Amino acid sequence: MSPEPNPIAALLWTFGLMSLFAVGGANSAIPEMHRAAVDVHHWLTDKQFADVFAISQLSPGPNVLIVTLIGYSVAGVAGALAATVAMCGPTALLAYYVSRFLDRSRGARWPAIIQAALVPLSIGLMAASGLIVAQTSDQSWIAVLITIVAAALAFATRINPLWMLLAGGLLGFAGVI
Amino acid sequence: MPPESPPVAAPAPAPSTPSPPHQPGLLELFLAFAKMSLAGFGGVLVWARRSIVEHHRWMTAEEFNETFALCHFLPGPNIVNLSVVFGARFRGVAGGLAAFAGLVGPPMVIATVLAALYARYGDIDVLGRTLAGVACAAVGLLFAVVLKMMMPLLQRRDVTGLVILAAVFVAIGLIRWPLQIVLLVAIPHSIAITILTRRMVKA
Repeated sequence: MSPEPNPIAALLWTFGLMSLFAVGGANSAIPEMHRAAVDVHHWLTDKQFADVFAISQLSPGPNVLIVTLIGYSVAGVAGALAATVAMCGPTALLAYYVSRFLDRSRGARWPAIIQAALVPLSIGLMAASGLIVAQTSDQSWIAVLITIVAAALAFATRINPLWMLLAGGLLGFAGVI
Repeated sequence: MPPESPPVAAPAPAPSTPSPPHQPGLLELFLAFAKMSLAGFGGVLVWARRSIVEHHRWMTAEEFNETFALCHFLPGPNIVNLSVVFGARFRGVAGGLAAFAGLVGPPMVIATVLAALYARYGDIDVLGRTLAGVACAAVGLLFAVVLKMMMPLLQRRDVTGLVILAAVFVAIGLIRWPLQIVLLVAIPHSIAITILTRRMVKA
């Protein structure tokens, strides 16, 4: 709520820095997005954050678009653009240069080692993401049940996840949750 | 006959001559990534693979896996990294930008429209309840991904991996320490442990 001198600069700095630490993709950075947007900058309330997460999962495109939604709520269209570019730009540049470097030095064994080392980290981050969004969205035992059923179905079957999102939305619409 | 197999032209009539791989142009890159992005609800990777490997045959499955592994080990949104690396491989910097713009541009317009609608109507009770329901299911999907990714660690009885996983979960999810600090401590430790265990396995 505190009016910041320049929200665009804050978005660029927050997400630009975050992108370089988003090990394992955008969903791994959700705890940090929540910390920055809700706890540090007070851009969103807890409930708005859960809503924004839901909208981003319902929209097509890469999961990273949750930052577009956060940016919009901070500073409109300019904010949406700034947050998206800040979250994608630095790592895209890094990926470009690293891939060119690796093309020239074939058979480097470091990528394999670093990747193996990062896998447990990114799983831990994603588990933390799940916990943080669950704490804001799962407010009743029926909500918890829906989460568990969706997790079990997605784990054990090949049903298109979109159906589960729509089913969750319908149950919410009907006031079951 | 199963309904999904069309009677004619079941195996795509692929040109049998393995001619030099077709080099996509800038517009083609933009459109291909826009298409896979707009098709991708809850993740674009599956569609990217289908489009790049199976439909356009711009890469073999192995090339795709290698490129994706690189983009997965680098920080940031993996599929965004993939689009830039892939586009640049064919058309240099302009190609990287074209693929990136295709992947992020159109969905970003949609997301911005949704954000504007939410800013105006987000307070309506029914909409709030509906989104809460979607969020419950979406969290479930996230946990399913976590479980799927954990299975190889569990099957290998990779105790150190599981301990690192749990430590990160506690530090970020429960204690809520900042990501940067946790990773600056965890990444070097995890790399060191990985190197040590590989040496021990070899020895």
